Amino acid sequence: MLSHALLLSAVLFVIGTLGVIIRRNAIIIFLCIELQLNAVNLAFVALSRYTGIEGQLFVFFVMTVAAAEAAVGLAIIISIFRHYKTVDVDKFNLLKW
Amino acid sequence: MGSVASVLTSGVPAQDAAHWEPVLPGLIILLPLLGFVANSVLALRAAGWSSAEVRAGREWDPFAGGSRPLTHTLPTWIGPGVMLVAFVLAAWNFVGMFGAELHEPVIRSYWSWISTSTLQVDAAIQLDQLSMVMMLVVTGVGFLIHVFSVGYMKDDVGYPRYFAYLNLFVFFMLVLVMGAGYAMMFIGWEGVGLCSYLLIGYWFTDREKSDAGKKAFIVNRIGDFGFLLAMFMLFQAFGTLDFVPIFAGAEGHFAVGGATVTAITLLLMLGAAGKSAQVPLHVWLPDAMAGPTPVSALIHAATMVTAGVYMVVRSGVLYALAPTSQAVVAGVGVLTALIAATIALQQNDIKKVLAYSTVSQLGFMFLGAGVGAFTAAIFHLMTHAFFKALLFLGAGAVIHSMHHALHKVDSHEDAQDMRNMGGLKDRMRITWVVMWIATLAIAGIWPLAGFFSKDEIIWYTAAWAGAEANPFGGLYTLYWVVALVTAMLTAFYMARLMVMTFHGQTRLEHGARSHLHEAPRVMTVPLIVLAVLSVFGGWVNVPPALSESALGFFGALPMTEWLHHWLEPITHDAAAIQVAALGEAAHDAPLLGGGELAWALASTLAAAAVVAVAVRQLAPRRVLTAAADATPPTGLRGVLYNKWYFDEIFDRTIVQPVLAASRWCWSFIDTVIIDGFVNSVGNFTRLAGWFGSLFQTGQANTYAFVLTLGVLLVLGAAVFL
Amino acid sequence: MTEIFFILFAVVALGGAVGVVISRTPIASLLFMVATLASVAGIYVLFEAHFLAAIQVLVYAGAIMVLFLFVIMLLNLGHDYRADLRFGLWSLLGFVVVGLTFGVLAQGFLDVGDTGFREDGAAVAAALDAAVQEQGVAGVIAEPLFTDYVVAFELMGLLLLVAIVAAVVLAKPRSRSGES
Repeated sequence: MLSHALLLSAVLFVIGTLGVIIRRNAIIIFLCIELQLNAVNLAFVALSRYTGIEGQLFVFFVMTVAAAEAAVGLAIIISIFRHYKTVDVDKFNLLKW
Repeated sequence: MGSVASVLTSGVPAQDAAHWEPVLPGLIILLPLLGFVANSVLALRAAGWSSAEVRAGREWDPFAGGSRPLTHTLPTWIGPGVMLVAFVLAAWNFVGMFGAELHEPVIRSYWSWISTSTLQVDAAIQLDQLSMVMMLVVTGVGFLIHVFSVGYMKDDVGYPRYFAYLNLFVFFMLVLVMGAGYAMMFIGWEGVGLCSYLLIGYWFTDREKSDAGKKAFIVNRIGDFGFLLAMFMLFQAFGTLDFVPIFAGAEGHFAVGGATVTAITLLLMLGAAGKSAQVPLHVWLPDAMAGPTPVSALIHAATMVTAGVYMVVRSGVLYALAPTSQAVVAGVGVLTALIAATIALQQNDIKKVLAYSTVSQLGFMFLGAGVGAFTAAIFHLMTHAFFKALLFLGAGAVIHSMHHALHKVDSHEDAQDMRNMGGLKDRMRITWVVMWIATLAIAGIWPLAGFFSKDEIIWYTAAWAGAEANPFGGLYTLYWVVALVTAMLTAFYMARLMVMTFHGQTRLEHGARSHLHEAPRVMTVPLIVLAVLSVFGGWVNVPPALSESALGFFGALPMTEWLHHWLEPITHDAAAIQVAALGEAAHDAPLLGGGELAWALASTLAAAAVVAVAVRQLAPRRVLTAAADATPPTGLRGVLYNKWYFDEIFDRTIVQPVLAASRWCWSFIDTVIIDGFVNSVGNFTRLAGWFGSLFQTGQANTYAFVLTLGVLLVLGAAVFL
Repeated sequence: MTEIFFILFAVVALGGAVGVVISRTPIASLLFMVATLASVAGIYVLFEAHFLAAIQVLVYAGAIMVLFLFVIMLLNLGHDYRADLRFGLWSLLGFVVVGLTFGVLAQGFLDVGDTGFREDGAAVAAALDAAVQEQGVAGVIAEPLFTDYVVAFELMGLLLLVAIVAAVVLAKPRSRSGES
């Protein structure tokens, strides 16, 4: 079951990655990032079963960071939306030189 | 580096001077430098520090009247003042050295200038009989010319700048003649070249004059190139550049006529030819007359241009070891003397005549140095400094007067053209008399200074032509004949100059004549002093063959042969080598026989005859003014008038090809290759930037994609490696 | 029995994940995400991580997803049906890279045995079970959290505080020009 869980985590991770690469909606990209985090969490939990409790502790921390990230990230999306009236990442390319 | 105190006292003795201590020798050099600093500050002040006042039109205008500002009164005292103190110090040291009968040079080393594992050069000065003579000439004649300049440059806006340059020149000239090695000499050598450039282009707003300065500088570079190569070869041979070890070791190091010593001496000769305006590098000196006339007197007649002669005499041991080089030096000298004298026959600019006369007399000095008559060369250098400085300053007084007269009537005639002069003797009595003295001196009329010095050079040429083992005996005979002819030409063109300037009818327009006036006393006193020196300066070295005869006042002179004995410590090594190599000098002339006395008598009588005939023939002749004399002469006269076409030949063979090559370098190498390369670098950078910017889409997806790619690579490396 | 549940949760989690990526509207994505999170929480239970399963449901599926929902509603994005999937060469490249990444990950996970990378995996699992019996599911996590990892725990608290302040500052409408 352990190897299957790890494969599942790998599949979830690459699906999340694919979502980040091919979606334009900032909210959905954000959701896909959460998906990636969850995939990693799953791997942590599965391995912690046979390695020790520290894996679960790490998942705990990841969740906390994810919560903080969600709060800040969503605030940024709100502030961008207020300015551009859209959350399409194609529309805000300030990073381009 | 030693402290200032050690410079002001007498430095650290580099070797034990048994019975003579020089008095403040460093100060003699330092004083003109201090004068330069002080005058520079005044010059900057006069220019309003940043030219702001000049632009605002608030600088002092000498013609607008008003009181002279401090910046134009202080240099009067500083400039000649430091020269006077330096001269007194030099004279004091001379008296001390005179009493001490020094046999070894006294060296004062102040600090280590260059110190490497192989090359050691100290900032050191060398005091011996030769440098002492040069110091006295430089500071003495220099002081008189400084005094003259006070009057001549009085109304010039750049007065303090002028004295700053002049002081700086004397500083470098003293470094040149007092340096204890070729390296120190080279510092002075380059420094006087710089000052020469600055002073020729003193009126730099005039394009022609600043071009003349550049020409002098560039032609001198050719000579300096030879000097530098010679220094490198000397360093390779001896491992040092100091005079004492080089001259002490030269005889053991080189065989007579060896290739290395011949190459060194020929390269040194190239340097000397550049500095002393010998054919074919003489072309800069006539153009250098663009500078103020006292500058021409000091730099381009009395001191700087004689530096080449000084160097050859200083390196006498090396030249004695290379008879071929000696023959070359003498040949170049006599050729220069002849060519310059012939050109002087047809020039109308009073300063140009004197310039070619200087070139010619420098040729005589090189002839003397070349045939091994080192004392005679230095002797002629000294007497020439007296009478040529006098001639230039006298010409300066004439030009000064002409300029004022022409200025008064708003005429734009050339104040230097002798065709516009004539009959000035009634207006300028003192100048007329002293210039006749100098003319007779340079013509070699007994008993003036030039007679003894020039005759000695000519006679030594004849004597060495007859030496038994001299391989160039026939050549020396030719030199001797040419030198005799040139001496006659000298007498003729100087008489022509005097006649055209001072005799005959005044060709100046009527209104201007009344404005002609004798120079002020500050200018005439130096002229008189120099005239006295031109009369008696030759008496310090009456040749032994003449001293007991009527030409030597039957041995009544107190200082007969003095200079010869004085310079003996410097020249005896070279003389010994020369006698060993060439055999004893002959006592009779190579042609027609006869001894020194007979030929001296003949030459002075001939010169006197030439002068008399020239005055008689030329004085009644009607001379056209410059404006009326529009057609240049043709035929042989035209060749001489155009200076043997030296400038034109150089222009065709050197200047134009260099210009063409430069243009090609510019149009092809610079614009195509270098610019192309630089532009390619720029374009490649832009291309790389453009290519890189393709990845900068500004879209989060792209960055995520690249990030994933990176993750993939790292993961792949972690898993598979 | 465990395998059946695992397969069930795995299928739901995968389906939810695919749904998140391909849904046209953010609301649908969000709901698929909730399904995935719930399934992952179920898998946590299968691996005896009961406490994490609980906070996964409470904090993740509950709080964070509701926050997302609020934002979507606040910005009125629920009716934005405009297709925002990228197709063509770009998505092909994405698939290639993602597929390769999966291949590498799978390769890395292949040599893991039934009891993890450690030899004594079974013993660790048994000791964990004993600790759960003794301290309870919260106790086994709380004990190291408040002893060995207390500094990290406090830093997490600080991070959350900073994040809250940042979120407030960012989300607050800008004051009109020059006023502060």
